[in-house]
Amino acid sequence: MTDPLLVELSRLQFALTAMYHFLFVPLTLGLSIMIAMMETVYVMTERTIWRDMTKFWGVLFGINFALGVATGITMEFQFGMNWAFYSHYVGDVFGAPLAIEGLMAFFLEATFVGLFFFGWDKLSARAHLAVTWLVALATNFSALWILIANAWMQNPVGAAFNPDTMRMEVTDFIAVLFNPVAQAKFVHTVSAGYVCGATFVLGISAFYMLRGRHIELAKRSFVIAAAFGTASALSVIVLGDESGYEITDNQKMKLAAMEAMWETEPAPASFTAIGIPDMQDKTTHFAIRIPWVMGLIGTRSIDKQIPGIFELVERAEKRIRNGVPAYDALEQLKADHGNAAARARFDATSADLGYALLLKRYVADPRQATEEQIKQAAWDTVPTVPAIFFTFRIMVACGFLLLAVFLTSLWYTMRETPAPRWLFRMALFAMPLPWIAVEVGWFVAEFGRQPWVIEGVLPTFLATSQLGISDLIITILGFTLAYGTLAVIEVRLMLAAIAKGPASEHVATSGSATLVPAQ
Amino acid sequence: MIEFLFDYTTLRLIWWVLLGVLLIGFAVTDGFDMGVGILLPFVAKTDIERRVAINTVGPVWEGNQVWFILGGGAIFAAWPALYAMSFSGFYLAMFLVLFALILRPVGFKYRSKRDSQRWRNNWDWALFIGGAVPALIFGVAVGNVLQGVPFHFTDDLRPIYEGNLFGLLNPLAIFCGLVSVAMLVMHGAAWLAFKADGVVGERAAAIGPKAALLAAVLFALGGVFISLGWFGGYEVTSPIVWDGPSNPLRKTVAANAGAWLHNFQNMPLLWLVPLLGVLLPLAAAAGFRARKAGLTFFASQLSIACIIATVGLAMFPMILPSSTNPGHSLAVFDASSSRATLRNMLFATAIFLPLILLYTAWVYRVLWGKVSEKDIHDADHAY
Repeated sequence: MTDPLLVELSRLQFALTAMYHFLFVPLTLGLSIMIAMMETVYVMTERTIWRDMTKFWGVLFGINFALGVATGITMEFQFGMNWAFYSHYVGDVFGAPLAIEGLMAFFLEATFVGLFFFGWDKLSARAHLAVTWLVALATNFSALWILIANAWMQNPVGAAFNPDTMRMEVTDFIAVLFNPVAQAKFVHTVSAGYVCGATFVLGISAFYMLRGRHIELAKRSFVIAAAFGTASALSVIVLGDESGYEITDNQKMKLAAMEAMWETEPAPASFTAIGIPDMQDKTTHFAIRIPWVMGLIGTRSIDKQIPGIFELVERAEKRIRNGVPAYDALEQLKADHGNAAARARFDATSADLGYALLLKRYVADPRQATEEQIKQAAWDTVPTVPAIFFTFRIMVACGFLLLAVFLTSLWYTMRETPAPRWLFRMALFAMPLPWIAVEVGWFVAEFGRQPWVIEGVLPTFLATSQLGISDLIITILGFTLAYGTLAVIEVRLMLAAIAKGPASEHVATSGSATLVPAQ
Repeated sequence: MIEFLFDYTTLRLIWWVLLGVLLIGFAVTDGFDMGVGILLPFVAKTDIERRVAINTVGPVWEGNQVWFILGGGAIFAAWPALYAMSFSGFYLAMFLVLFALILRPVGFKYRSKRDSQRWRNNWDWALFIGGAVPALIFGVAVGNVLQGVPFHFTDDLRPIYEGNLFGLLNPLAIFCGLVSVAMLVMHGAAWLAFKADGVVGERAAAIGPKAALLAAVLFALGGVFISLGWFGGYEVTSPIVWDGPSNPLRKTVAANAGAWLHNFQNMPLLWLVPLLGVLLPLAAAAGFRARKAGLTFFASQLSIACIIATVGLAMFPMILPSSTNPGHSLAVFDASSSRATLRNMLFATAIFLPLILLYTAWVYRVLWGKVSEKDIHDADHAY
């Protein structure tokens, strides 16, 4: 069995590099769309101030984009480097969306982003606008394909284990593409990116308003951000990710962990607003429950039941017991791949093969597992409930706070009276919120997926490369050092660019926005 | 209709060719960016000269780099066992490559953001490392693949690598690294001679012939080493099932020092490829001298294509031979994805690759013409 420390370090490195990468991605998603909207106004109205805005936000976009690219390179190769068994085991299915992401999105994005910056005096206004929209479109395509890949890890549809090649192989590519979990994730994640972009523009514009600088640029940007942000925040909340959580046992387990719901309740289940989940006693202390709400969120119905953790563990135990014969048949096929009887037995039971693999944490050969080990493995399917429970609540709280910020901002942009200074201070201080939300959101999605790397198919502890501990320590230190240095440089450049302001700011003859700060 | 395109054997052969196309696409596009990075301290002395050099690649390097990223994604999708074994095996070498490549986006983007000599010199070194380290390591990797790499699979097909970073740095592998560096320096010089106005372009045109000559001599010398059997070689000794399941444990392979010449001996026409790999760099060298920058760049591109193709043709059907368990080597017929995935990916490639080539060509056309010091002074967006 793989050294547990190696598994922990591999997970730590993936978490560090992925979460760091996702500091830049959502801003790219949101800002590219907003820049394209600003440039559209410029091309339609020919008011130069809108071109100044496009260029100014473009500078900040560029600083952010460079780090998104730099950290994205790591992501594409890390599966092979640190997760070699995973790569072999599911590359046939998981690799395809990654490759198509390169073909369809990365090329488009990277080829035209150069022209966005260098093409101002080489292209007509309309051609440049088309370039900007292509960049924005490409960043969204990129999100689509990587989320199709990620969704397959949560809900592995359209694939089956092939005993001849000892790996998962695609059986229905269309099912992989139209995975319902992918659709829920795409809308939720992209909207969250738009919220990041809107909060960023809103906050920096508010800073200028408070300082009384670049008012023409700031007030127009503020209005756009308030409107775009309101729509995006509503979309994040209403089209939440949990719509995909009723599909599979593991997704249900994640939902149960988010809610610390130990027992199955009669539908519609109540929602635990706050409490202290206890993994030892398998209960939630001091729980304050709101009737009905959970059932409504989780199933969008009042009659579908949401299973609790105890029930899901029982189901897992059954599937582990079903998986052992599949493992046995596979061992015989490995010895003689022409054994027709073993193949027939394997085909009948292979759906639960992954559950038998959970036993490998305790015993090299799952067929030798004791009763106690089977029960332990079944309980392993429960993620760390308190961590999921609290991070989920942090994410939701950030989401609602941001919606309030955007609605208030929108309210004042539509009024004739001067906006109060606290509005701009609020917008400024709200800037970290979307990043907190997206980071803990990914934590809920991925930590809540444990112990699986591919749900029901491959446990995380089997998926790593056979590397030395020292290899991992070198790369974790190396990435931390490099990424840390780049973060410092990036933030300084960002602040310098904000302090410098736009290169030019043509005052429009007739202002379209009435927003002015009260002095 | 075109059913034959979609039988497993044909699909595997197509994806072997596409693997080569991707590697060549990466080397001829991002290769000149790396070459420019390596040449930066030598062809450009003052800040404005360096900015001229950097701005010749500034708008296009990002798109070029996607060839590398797509290479990773396509190997994952079409050759998952190769993706798993090579990147986990060459772990620390790969980390060095990533580390160097991470420096490039920030180097290009952040260098001109501050008007400080020290700041800019530091980023110039970052760009140099971002070009030199990957160029060297990719060559070293090819050198190791040619000699065979120490790995095996368990009966679960778990990839196990048995070597370490220092094992990769053997003399023959480093020799291949030098071929790669010489080739990309030639390519970077050809690009600068073509795109950089004034003294930068002239210096590049002066360095170019030396690099091209070196690339030709080293590549020819590599051919001699192969013929002497120094790199070894591997051949399949059991009957090949071209459309069998992708399981690398079901064949036998023997080490045979002459094996990398067999394909050429069986199909003498193939000798044209290595021959051009020697002649085309010489043509590029002549092109530099004759001040035919466009033709030189074209010759440089074709040189790279022939040099890389020679390696692939010599090893076919091997992709990644194992030195410790030759039977576990990865080959075209037992390391690919399933037939369905190869077919699906071929559809995607057939749709998107022509589009990519089309819009990339358009972007290069928009950016056509030399970059001069005046351009840098006039544009507030220049790097």
